[in-house]
Amino acid sequence: MLKFSRIAWIIALFFTVSTGAVAIAAGNSITAMGSTALQPLVEQAANKFMETKPDARILVQGGGSGTGLTQVAQGGADIGNSDIFAEEKTDINAKQLIDHKVCVVGFTAVVNPKVTVSNVTQKQLVDIFSGKITNWKEIGGPDMKVVIINRPKSSGTRATFKKYALNGVEEAAGISLTEDSSGTVRKTIAETPGAIGYLALSYADTSVRALNFNGVTPTIANITNGKYPIWSYEHMYTKGEPTGLAKEFLNYMMGPEVQGKLVSALGYIPVSEMKVSR
Amino acid sequence: MVSKTENLPKTFCIKACDHVINRSSPKPGYFFRETLGRYYTTLCGSVIILLTVVMVAFVAIKGLTAFIGSHPISPLQFLFSTHWQPDASASEGGPEFGALAFIIGSLSVSGLAVLFSAPLAIAAAVLIAIIAPQSGENFIRPVLELFTGIPSVVYGWVGLSLLVPFIRNCFGGLGFSLLAGSLVLALMILPTITTLATDALQALPISYTEGSYALGATRWQTIYRILFPAARSRILIGITLGITRAFGEALAVQMVIGNSVRIPGSFLSPISTLTSIITMDMGNTVTGSDWNNTMWSMALLLLLITFGFIVIIKILGSQRTEKRGSNA
Repeated sequence: MLKFSRIAWIIALFFTVSTGAVAIAAGNSITAMGSTALQPLVEQAANKFMETKPDARILVQGGGSGTGLTQVAQGGADIGNSDIFAEEKTDINAKQLIDHKVCVVGFTAVVNPKVTVSNVTQKQLVDIFSGKITNWKEIGGPDMKVVIINRPKSSGTRATFKKYALNGVEEAAGISLTEDSSGTVRKTIAETPGAIGYLALSYADTSVRALNFNGVTPTIANITNGKYPIWSYEHMYTKGEPTGLAKEFLNYMMGPEVQGKLVSALGYIPVSEMKVSR
Repeated sequence: MVSKTENLPKTFCIKACDHVINRSSPKPGYFFRETLGRYYTTLCGSVIILLTVVMVAFVAIKGLTAFIGSHPISPLQFLFSTHWQPDASASEGGPEFGALAFIIGSLSVSGLAVLFSAPLAIAAAVLIAIIAPQSGENFIRPVLELFTGIPSVVYGWVGLSLLVPFIRNCFGGLGFSLLAGSLVLALMILPTITTLATDALQALPISYTEGSYALGATRWQTIYRILFPAARSRILIGITLGITRAFGEALAVQMVIGNSVRIPGSFLSPISTLTSIITMDMGNTVTGSDWNNTMWSMALLLLLITFGFIVIIKILGSQRTEKRGSNA
């Protein structure tokens, strides 16, 4: 009885102490947080970086572009990952942030495979998303109701698509479904007849059909040569010029290890290959 | 049960003796077991209280910021307008923060879930507690309790893969709907209500049943006229806890309701809830912006409504003890 209660107390005390200790133990470490679209690349790059520098710790977190920008501006994170330019978010003091464009992501409008349309013009796309075109037969498709699958209004993907594909036109309220992640958007489009939405190129597999935009096929080659306009930079922001470990890691991100291999392997486009810029 | 009551005084005696011995000649372990233990439990208790107070205060402060900041949002507009245009510029009609569609969405999806779930749960409780206690305790109840261990993302994914296409094929529409959300929730809260209703029925004195049978009542009459009224307030507590859980659930619901910002016109129309809009927009908006602040206001609203449910539970609970008191 005595032994048992003593052990129980020791375990209880140990947990209390260890929870506190974990918080203190972080030594030579930096935090990169924000965009979930960029997270896989940063995570893999951080793992490789830490293999070469065993005493460094790079903590990679999601949270969304807004969180990343807020945290880096407030000093809560060393690097803020974002899908959009800091200038595009109001309430962020973008002047104090330094932009590091690490790669490019292409986006495409995708439809359910039963929709036989293969090309849309910008005007048709705007009419679809603003609710003027409600049936696919109006643009030469099957007699099928248009079902719009959006990302949340705060999503970076949605902002990019609205800006470059829809020419800034606001989607009509209440006519679309909204799905939180690209994975759910793809699953929903694949299963819902007449569905249309948009995805990063790396997400567009054979379960959905990617549409040509103004007659241009969404391929990496067409993005790098500037023919296909729906793409955006992935940014890693620092507050002021990066120093120490943050600087080393950002140099690594821009170096041949990441830009030459990892970026393409994960479906992103290296910034160095872009023949156009924004 | 019998062995427990027999053992009770014995344990007390041993503990009391132990205590006396320690007083006369303190052993090395005395301080460790008694004083330290007391301080440790007091500390943990205070931490829990402190955490609760801090969290409520934090959500309240953040939630009220939207209404008092530099360009305040009208609370009436927030509560009663359906215009949700947080990203619209001033030229497009200005940002608008009406959350009514989310409030109605949350209330209707959790209310419907309870309508689906409660009859099923109470019937199951009658089966477990009264009609088939043997197989109920050994089989039905453990199976139901397994449900509580399933993560909500699994409920959501199953709903998305099976329920949504099923509703689309059977009833038409898109499948993403109020109906899909409330069915998923109904399944999630079923074990909560069933367990509490079963406990309520099992806690009734056997004399109620025996007395009823002795007066010539049938089993159904006994259940319906005697046992239900006697267990009513505890069953209602179970139902209210079910609503509370349904109201706060975010992930599973968000995956199957479609998240259209509009007031649901039918069971088959897509809806949004307070929790679904918070999970979707919280991370992508900038801290301190009006948009982000209204997310906190919705969190505060969620908290207040949940507190309301807890108050209802407390009132129901006190009614029960009062009744007990007057019976005795």
